[in-house]
Amino acid sequence: MSDLEKFRAETREWLEANCPEEMRQPVREDDDVYWGGRNATFKNDAQKAWFEAARDKGYTVPSWPKEYGGAGLSPAEAKILRQEMAAIGARPPLSSFGIWMLGPALLKFGTEGQKKRFLNEIARGEIRWCQGYSEPGSGSDLVSMQTYGEDKGDHWIVNGQKIWTSYADKADWIFCLVRTNKDDKYKGITFMLFDMAGEGVSTKPILLISGNSPFCETFMDNVKVPKSYGEDCPGYVGEINRGWDVAKYLLGHEREMISGMGGGDRLTAIGTAMTRHAAKNGDEIDPVLRSEMALFDVDALAFTAMAEKFMDEMKAGKGHPAQPNMMKYVGTEINKRRHELMMSAGGSRSLEWESEETRGGKAPRDWLRTKANSIEGGTSEVMLNVISKRILELPGG
Amino acid sequence: MPLYHTEDQAMLADSARGFMAEEGNISKQLRHWRDRNCKDGFGHGLWKQMAEMGFTGMLVSEDDGGLGMGHVEAGIVLEEIGRNLTPSPFLTSSVLAATALGHASSDLKGRYLPGLIEGESVFAVAIDETAKHRPSRIGTRAEKSGNGFKLSGSKSFVIQGASSDMIVVAARTSGSDEDEDGITLFAVPQDADGMSQNPVRLVDSSMASHIKFDGVELDGDAVIGEVDGGREVLNAMLAAGRVGAAAEGVGVAQGAMDMTVDYLKQRKQFGKLIGEFQALQHRAAHLYSEVEVARAATIKAQQLLDEGAPSADLMTSVAKAKVAKAAGLAVKEGVQMHGGIGMTDEYDIGLYMKRDRALAEFLGDAYFHANRVAQLSGY
Ligand SMILES: Cc1cc2nc3c(=O)[nH]c(=O)nc-3n(C[C@H](O)[C@H](O)[C@H](O)COP(=O)(O)OP(=O)(O)OC[C@H]3O[C@@H](n4cnc5c(N)ncnc54)[C@H](O)[C@@H]3O)c2cc1C
Ligand SMILES: Cc1cc2nc3c(=O)[nH]c(=O)nc-3n(C[C@H](O)[C@H](O)[C@H](O)COP(=O)(O)OP(=O)(O)OC[C@H]3O[C@@H](n4cnc5c(N)ncnc54)[C@H](O)[C@@H]3O)c2cc1C
Repeated sequence: MSDLEKFRAETREWLEANCPEEMRQPVREDDDVYWGGRNATFKNDAQKAWFEAARDKGYTVPSWPKEYGGAGLSPAEAKILRQEMAAIGARPPLSSFGIWMLGPALLKFGTEGQKKRFLNEIARGEIRWCQGYSEPGSGSDLVSMQTYGEDKGDHWIVNGQKIWTSYADKADWIFCLVRTNKDDKYKGITFMLFDMAGEGVSTKPILLISGNSPFCETFMDNVKVPKSYGEDCPGYVGEINRGWDVAKYLLGHEREMISGMGGGDRLTAIGTAMTRHAAKNGDEIDPVLRSEMALFDVDALAFTAMAEKFMDEMKAGKGHPAQPNMMKYVGTEINKRRHELMMSAGGSRSLEWESEETRGGKAPRDWLRTKANSIEGGTSEVMLNVISKRILELPGG
Repeated sequence: MPLYHTEDQAMLADSARGFMAEEGNISKQLRHWRDRNCKDGFGHGLWKQMAEMGFTGMLVSEDDGGLGMGHVEAGIVLEEIGRNLTPSPFLTSSVLAATALGHASSDLKGRYLPGLIEGESVFAVAIDETAKHRPSRIGTRAEKSGNGFKLSGSKSFVIQGASSDMIVVAARTSGSDEDEDGITLFAVPQDADGMSQNPVRLVDSSMASHIKFDGVELDGDAVIGEVDGGREVLNAMLAAGRVGAAAEGVGVAQGAMDMTVDYLKQRKQFGKLIGEFQALQHRAAHLYSEVEVARAATIKAQQLLDEGAPSADLMTSVAKAKVAKAAGLAVKEGVQMHGGIGMTDEYDIGLYMKRDRALAEFLGDAYFHANRVAQLSGY
């Protein structure tokens, strides 16, 4: 048996022993997802057991080095773990912006001290992070942001407002873009880290069309951000005034994460699930709807292959650095189409906004939520701009 | 398997790319033969050269004198064929017929494979009997006669039928037209008595034959595989051909897209390069994304087929359908973004549109394969 085959066998065994049956069900409600953090509570014992087992094994962040809380898996091993988890439908043991966004940025730009402290906290689900990028006047044109940090020697005094800060009201810390030099648009932004419990930080939820409000406006009113949190642990990532490089790198990971929603790890056609569901309820699927589903499944299954290829290429350092933009564009557009079809297949049942049977109107809420996929993390139009400029190298602008 | 080419495959891709661009390019092959109204629609000289490059016998096993490579490798050659719109018997002979012959007796192999590997012989496959691909329905009949068979019926749109030394014919030896079982494959030589061909030129200037079998007498040893058990071989042949057509389609799409993106960087209107207009940039970026996704589906299907995975069938249909859609978009946007010049015969972009149309139809169009995705998925 090759080492990888051995690893696969061990992984299978470990998952069998450690991933409870309840954690192999599709996510149905918001609290089925565990986000960690200072004030986190577990929904049930199974969620707790699964998280703790994964954490102790380093499987909340399998490919991070062991000294930072990961399992130090090679790309090939990480792929096997993903495949084996997908094969049993295992939920992620821990979801967090720390894992998807800040972590990769710290791995690339952080100091040893920052990595030791923050990466371990993230891997162990102790601190929940949120992302402070967008401002009311700066969305797509992010570099125009105005939140200002005045240099006070060993700290900054930060004033300004962020918007669309996902889960700001539940987050412990924020990674935040702050202007520290008003003369240079690009080379005047610092990527700061600070505690949301500190004085002067407040949040206000924003209600979305889906009826949920996991998004907030975040206000910074004379917030004191230290330049250092101890030896070799600055309060900012990368260099002062060079936070834009970090921000852009991180956006790549954010786009990768969002694009993942378009496909699935398994070769399953969603038409199957939808028609079965309809049949169970005595509904008939119109032949025209069936053909829409079939054409959708062609696109979705092809995108699943693209997602796998993309991962393989990323891990091997092949592929174009702007490729995440393409993945984000295609993945989010597909996910929106998927939910349009699910609404149609569900018929009037999908219209129930509040009901027991439909689990609190999950279908219409999810459908509405997906509309943000092609906006958050950079809009589809912005993705197309980047593809045409950086990959196709079209002229202008 | 990671979804990118290994080092060996990347080397093969380099040499195939160089070779096709040099020898298989549009002016040397497609236009050359088309403008001479060539009855074959391709050049036998290039076919010999492809043999010297080691392409012709890629899918033939090493035991049978070939290279024993897989669908990923054949796809590499096909992508370059697509990119250059190179007319050649590669898809019909080296992919489809070679796959069928892989299931043949050593006698038949000995008769046909050396000629294929040498680039001396050209083969065709005769499956469809109507204008739309419908391999579930086979009406052509082969009745037992002495120790052989008597073949009657007709086949339509047999690509390169009239130029082939041998045609693999799917016929019915028992049951009714729609039955799954009762199919037998035959190797029918070009000079068989009672076979008549009516060749027609298609939109992409390739040649297709309408063939009639009027009591064609075949020896028992013309059977490929088992009598009545041909469906399995037919399916293997179709899978190879479909995944191959998808690979060629990726090349057509890429070729058309590259031409178009280049044009956007050269053509000036309103005092600007037209590539500066966001309305065109977004469409080009969308096109790029679609082509990349189609390419990923194709390599996934190739790998699954090479592994003999059960999901290969599903992924093959996904790839064939996705490529048809993406390449269709590439040629339509290509002609449109070229403006008036895209409508001229002198300019190559229209040739991509024509080839795409023929390739999209070959072995099942996007709708056929989307329907198959639904059926294989159980809805
Ligand atoms: C659900 C959700 C969660 C989010 N989470 C976070 C978060 O956690 N942290 C955070 O910082 N931000 C977050 N965002 C903000 C998100 O990044 C911005 O909404 C996004 O970048 C778009 O900015 P905007 O809303 O200001 O739209 P605008 O930039 O005003 O865009 C309006 C429209 O104009 C188009 N447009 C703009 N510029 C161009 C151009 N150059 N070419 C063509 N079209 C253009 C856009 O595509 C869009 O269609 C979130 C947003 C949503 C909806
Ligand atoms: C069959 C045929 C018959 C014709 N008959 C006649 C005739 O009888 N008399 C005559 O005078 N002309 C005739 N024309 C010419 C026709 O009017 C031009 O082809 C047409 O105006 C387009 O110009 P172009 O070909 O130079 O393309 P271009 O202007 O070079 O356009 C190339 C591409 O760029 C796009 N593009 C250009 N500018 C912009 C912009 N600002 N924003 C976004 N996209 C842009 C175009 O839409 C096109 O996709 C004919 C053309 C054809 C094909």
